[in-house]
Amino acid sequence: MSPQVEILIISVIVAVSCALLGTFLVLRRMSMMSDSITHTILLGIVLAFFITHDLSSPLLIIGAALMGVVTVWLTELVSQTRLLAEDAAIGLVFPLLFSIAIILITRFAGSVHLDTDSVLLGELAFAPFDRMIIGGKDIGAKAIYTTGILLLINIVSIAVLFKEFKLATFDSVLAVVLGFSPTFVHYWLMTLVSITAVGAFEAVGSVLVVAFMIGPPVTAYLLTDNLKHMLILSGVIGAINGVLGYKIATLFDVSIAGSMAVMTGIVFMLVFIFAPNRGLLRTILLRRNQKLEFAKMILLFHLYNHSDGEEEAGEYEVEAIPVQLNWDSKFTKKIIRMLEQEGQIRIADGIAKLTEKGYKTSVQNYNTLFS
Amino acid sequence: MGNMIELFSNYTFQIVALGSALLGLISGVIGCFSVLRKQSLLGDGVSHSALPGVVMAFIILGSKKTEVLLLGALVSGLLSTLLIVVIVRYTRVKFDSALALVMSAFFGLGLALLTYVQKIPNSNQAGLNRFIFGQASTLLQRDIAFMMVCGVTMLAIILLLWKEFKLFTFDMEFAQIIGFPSKGLNLLLSFLTVLVIILGLQTVGAILMSAMLISPAVAARQWTNKLWVMVILSAVFGAVSGVAGTFASSMIPKLPTGPAIVVCANLIVSISLLFAPSRGLLFRVYQRKRIINKIEGDGRDVPTS
Repeated sequence: MSPQVEILIISVIVAVSCALLGTFLVLRRMSMMSDSITHTILLGIVLAFFITHDLSSPLLIIGAALMGVVTVWLTELVSQTRLLAEDAAIGLVFPLLFSIAIILITRFAGSVHLDTDSVLLGELAFAPFDRMIIGGKDIGAKAIYTTGILLLINIVSIAVLFKEFKLATFDSVLAVVLGFSPTFVHYWLMTLVSITAVGAFEAVGSVLVVAFMIGPPVTAYLLTDNLKHMLILSGVIGAINGVLGYKIATLFDVSIAGSMAVMTGIVFMLVFIFAPNRGLLRTILLRRNQKLEFAKMILLFHLYNHSDGEEEAGEYEVEAIPVQLNWDSKFTKKIIRMLEQEGQIRIADGIAKLTEKGYKTSVQNYNTLFS
Repeated sequence: MGNMIELFSNYTFQIVALGSALLGLISGVIGCFSVLRKQSLLGDGVSHSALPGVVMAFIILGSKKTEVLLLGALVSGLLSTLLIVVIVRYTRVKFDSALALVMSAFFGLGLALLTYVQKIPNSNQAGLNRFIFGQASTLLQRDIAFMMVCGVTMLAIILLLWKEFKLFTFDMEFAQIIGFPSKGLNLLLSFLTVLVIILGLQTVGAILMSAMLISPAVAARQWTNKLWVMVILSAVFGAVSGVAGTFASSMIPKLPTGPAIVVCANLIVSISLLFAPSRGLLFRVYQRKRIINKIEGDGRDVPTS
């Protein structure tokens, strides 16, 4: 395999496994916890390194995963005192643990290859240099296998515990009542997030793991209301981001991980603007239509209310309407024109009059609104 | 002892300590409003989002002057804040998800730009990195002067609009109803927050700046229920942790300043959470004991079944 293909495979694997877990983080409103965990696993790695003095030891991953869970636990402990808000608790715990990690690195591990840059920023381009060799035979980049195992663990966990994950995410009280343990689901999810972050940060750096975890699910969130669809969609979007990001990176010769994160942002923005049901354009259009519909309704009611006064039934001077309703005269003209086109009102000699159809619509509106 | 006196008369130490103290003071004041409005993590987001602005400013203007780079940071920080607000307003995406997404995408853009700059021949880009981790030791006298001007302006704005900010922080609906321009106030407060974060980038760096906003404010909150007391206490806590952190990092070899300041600030938070009167954890335990004693001590106070 050429290094290019290997990088592509690694990035797609990382993107998919991050996106799957991220779906639950987004739905459980714990997006910023991923930011927190990706920073604090550094402390876990440093502490484990002090025990083993070996950067390739699997103990590092265990240490990092443990530290991720400890972070979640500490954050909850602090916020359970009710002395500060939950977001403040997150913002308090992770900078502290991260600071301790940096202090430990600069003081005691300055000479080894454990610099903060490589942990935080990562470099995917170097991943193919680390080979997996079994029995003297080169069978591909090591990162493919490590991230592949992580992906497998994530998929199996979600498939086996899908029901539990779903229930704990949407209705944790019901989960307790039915005898599931949302706490177990919660901590298992956090463990998965931690080990995935460890596996991914080597390739893409810890800050960008956040982009991989949160970006695709948030994008998918705008496209579907179904959890299964959301999982699949975010996996697909994650993979697309990975591939496109890599292409852009080679085109401009810039950081691969960085351009993948940018791609995540761009894809989100496109979906955000153009999504069929929840997109920005659609929302703005919907809100404007609602305003017009509402104005039409009000004008019809207004004419209807005046239909039993001294004036003739359903009649009203067009000039007086903006004053009466306190509307902009241009806006009023527009509404009148629309109603006229729909055949709800008739205008003659500056007098607006409800038609037969207008009466009916008005009564119908009243009934649907108030009865 | 002589060592310490020597340190305090050291010019570099004075500059760095003064800078950190100033930063702690300003971020303590502004942080109170962020924490009370439950936007603590905005600091984290904005500080990450500032990176592409820093690099862009360098690419376009070709200067490495602190003011120029910070101007770029300000622009991209504000842009990211605006984007988050728009996303939250027009979709069902929650604030924290929008924040995580925008900040990581911006940071990624910053990284991509940074690697791009590094490939331009003779671009002399070294030093842009310091905005990620911060290097208090690179503070110069003119940086301090710049910080001082910004700080005084910000404090003046806070003092002038004290009533408005206070009302806006605690009861936004009410402020809107009685006719304060809530959008303008929101924008101004966000602008001030972004500004203080940008100022802190150079000293403690993008990653730790959020702690500078949150820690002093959270600590101060435990001691009082009055806003003005909280703001003053928070400013003091911020300044003290700035000086203490700088001091610790000068006394102990190979101790980075930014993290040292954060650890000091968190020490103050821990003390406050534990020992603050009437809110602190120890006080709570003591009060509980007293009530239990009262109930068990003589049963006459409670009805027996």
